Amino acid sequence: MTQSNLAFNNVSNDLDVQLDPKDAKLSFVHIVVAFFAFILGILGGLLQGLARAGIIELPSWLTYYQILTAHGVLLALVFTTYIIFGFFFAGMSKTHGAFSDRLRKSGWLGFILTTIGTAMAATMILANEASVLYTFYAPLQAHYIFYIGLTFFIVGTWISGTGIMIHYFKWKKRHSGEPTPLFGFMATATIMLWIVAGLGVAATVLGQMLPWALGWTDEINVLLSRTLFWYFGHPLVYFWIMPAYMVWYLVVPKVIGGRLFSGSLARLAFVLFLLFSIPVGFHHQLMEAGISEFWKYIQTVLTFVVVVPSLLTAFSIFATFEQTGREKGGKGVFSWLKKLPWNDVRFFAPFMGMLFFIPAGTGGLINASFQLNAVIHNTLWVVGHFHLTVGTTVVLTFLGMAFWLIPVVTGRKLTKSMNRSGIVTTWMWTIGMFLMSGAMHILGLFGAPRRTGYTTYQDAPQALEWFQGIFVSHITVAIGGTILTAAGLLMFYNFIYLAWFAPKGHTEFPMTPAPNDTPHTPAILENWKLWIGLVVVLILFAYTIPIYDMINNAPPGSPGFNNIIK
Amino acid sequence: MHLHKYEKIWLVFGIGSLVLFLVVLGVAAFAFGHQPPSHMASVDPQNLEESVFAEPGLEQINENTYRARLIAMTFGYSPDTIEVPAGSTVIFEVTSQDVVHSFTIPGTNVNMMITPGHVNMAEYTFEEPGEYLVICNEYCGTGHHYMQMKIEVTP
Repeated sequence: MTQSNLAFNNVSNDLDVQLDPKDAKLSFVHIVVAFFAFILGILGGLLQGLARAGIIELPSWLTYYQILTAHGVLLALVFTTYIIFGFFFAGMSKTHGAFSDRLRKSGWLGFILTTIGTAMAATMILANEASVLYTFYAPLQAHYIFYIGLTFFIVGTWISGTGIMIHYFKWKKRHSGEPTPLFGFMATATIMLWIVAGLGVAATVLGQMLPWALGWTDEINVLLSRTLFWYFGHPLVYFWIMPAYMVWYLVVPKVIGGRLFSGSLARLAFVLFLLFSIPVGFHHQLMEAGISEFWKYIQTVLTFVVVVPSLLTAFSIFATFEQTGREKGGKGVFSWLKKLPWNDVRFFAPFMGMLFFIPAGTGGLINASFQLNAVIHNTLWVVGHFHLTVGTTVVLTFLGMAFWLIPVVTGRKLTKSMNRSGIVTTWMWTIGMFLMSGAMHILGLFGAPRRTGYTTYQDAPQALEWFQGIFVSHITVAIGGTILTAAGLLMFYNFIYLAWFAPKGHTEFPMTPAPNDTPHTPAILENWKLWIGLVVVLILFAYTIPIYDMINNAPPGSPGFNNIIK
Repeated sequence: MHLHKYEKIWLVFGIGSLVLFLVVLGVAAFAFGHQPPSHMASVDPQNLEESVFAEPGLEQINENTYRARLIAMTFGYSPDTIEVPAGSTVIFEVTSQDVVHSFTIPGTNVNMMITPGHVNMAEYTFEEPGEYLVICNEYCGTGHHYMQMKIEVTP
């Protein structure tokens, strides 16, 4: 029997409970929005990559920075957030039982608010009134409707997230003394991180940018707004990565026919992510004035601590692989690898994501390194980096997830041809990203800037070099981007097929059985009051004095600049 | 909590490398003075003519050292060219009169954010003669990709 057959036998032998259809529907609408944002964002990325390389010229009604804004917002914010909530609603319903009508309503309310916010922001971007990129740095000033849209988006996710956490805590209350299901634990840690981090962006958007864009205040404290943005902007990447880790910890072990190695370590890793991904925003601001070296170094130290849970995760996941491979008869040092289901997209896509996370994480250490940042700050290296982390590790994991999640929530089957199509998509994505991201990394080392339209700086010899050569060239970036677009189109087709055309039937929601050590999980890991308390202490430690300084020793503020972005 | 033996080895390796990295960064920063640009002085971005930036340009401090006070703006720098002899050390003091820019010399470690209201500083010794390109690598508006200046290093 081949491995791929084995994977499908699991599906047909599965006797698991079906999702509550009402919860499945809530999950499904999130997935639909996610994939429409995905395809629009990808097409934006293609245009942008071709324009950046000087291969095409954009029509006069469309600017490079407008597409760049749309590409970033649609993929990094809209696609990720919606697919994560789609995953959470389905997973919570599966592991903690159906949502109550009231909690499900809060999920719908959150969905509607988030979607209204998305539509408002997207309209302003399309109208070229908000080409401020995905970081919307002041004093570039977008239309006030853009900022209101962002507010709706954030508040909507808070409402959905609160519903999910209440569902978890209700389960905990009903089963007092028992360790909670890992899915709920991890989803709760992720949402707590999102809410605590979101306070920063809410503070700058509501307290600074909106009054200023509406003309109620004349000036803005630029440094403070940047600091509040990055207080949110870095944890945001963990908001993407943690759900991807959930797939690795909870879904992949089941897909390969095993069980997770250790539940305690998984919980510990998530607690550490919650603690150490918020008070570290300064590592995005290492190159700017107004923050002293001492506080930058403190946050560098806190940034590096995240290495520990990442290594814990690497250990757990590969231990699970090896344990399962050996149970299936794999012997020797590496031959158990052969026992893994390489032909099953539900495993293969997340696995390729994990593989890419090794160079991605290493690059992250370089970026966060106090002084070394000067070499790569705001160069294309950074763009290469997050196309590996978010664009490959997280996205491939979510794409792999889509192949079972969509049929689960629509009551359809993952067919063999769809599985094959998924493998092809994964290979194309991998190759495209290898070319694109590899070239971006090297261009960055040669000084090519990020977020910059086609330019040769009046044919400066140094800038011309960025368009020559095989691997150190904007042309290679564009070729990789074109392959990625083809992968994206194929994935969009997969989505449409799985959502509306695949044959009706039952698909397994793969979820690892409780790890063997679950009954012995240390109770302290479930002590949320302690963890939230520690998060607050760490944030106050890392931010109080620098922010006090930014407010009290602030230079005169900046007026808005909205004419230079049109 | 029970830990597998391999897991303990792995954790010791992980935490050990973490400590090593941080010591390397810390020694470079606090013993050798390799600090990222973090100047604390501020100015009024709307009244630069009443500040030390009233006449931006190059000023010789001593035989081999120059101070370049520059203003970043949409979409260029003032002045847009400076000229120094090879072997000179230039201390750059840069501020912005409008939005966020950067002051980046590709091929060197000079790469700093220029935020309105703050002055940022970097230092570089130009050993090789030639023309150095300076670019803005932070999006600053529709003309961002035209923003540049030149540093001429004469033999």
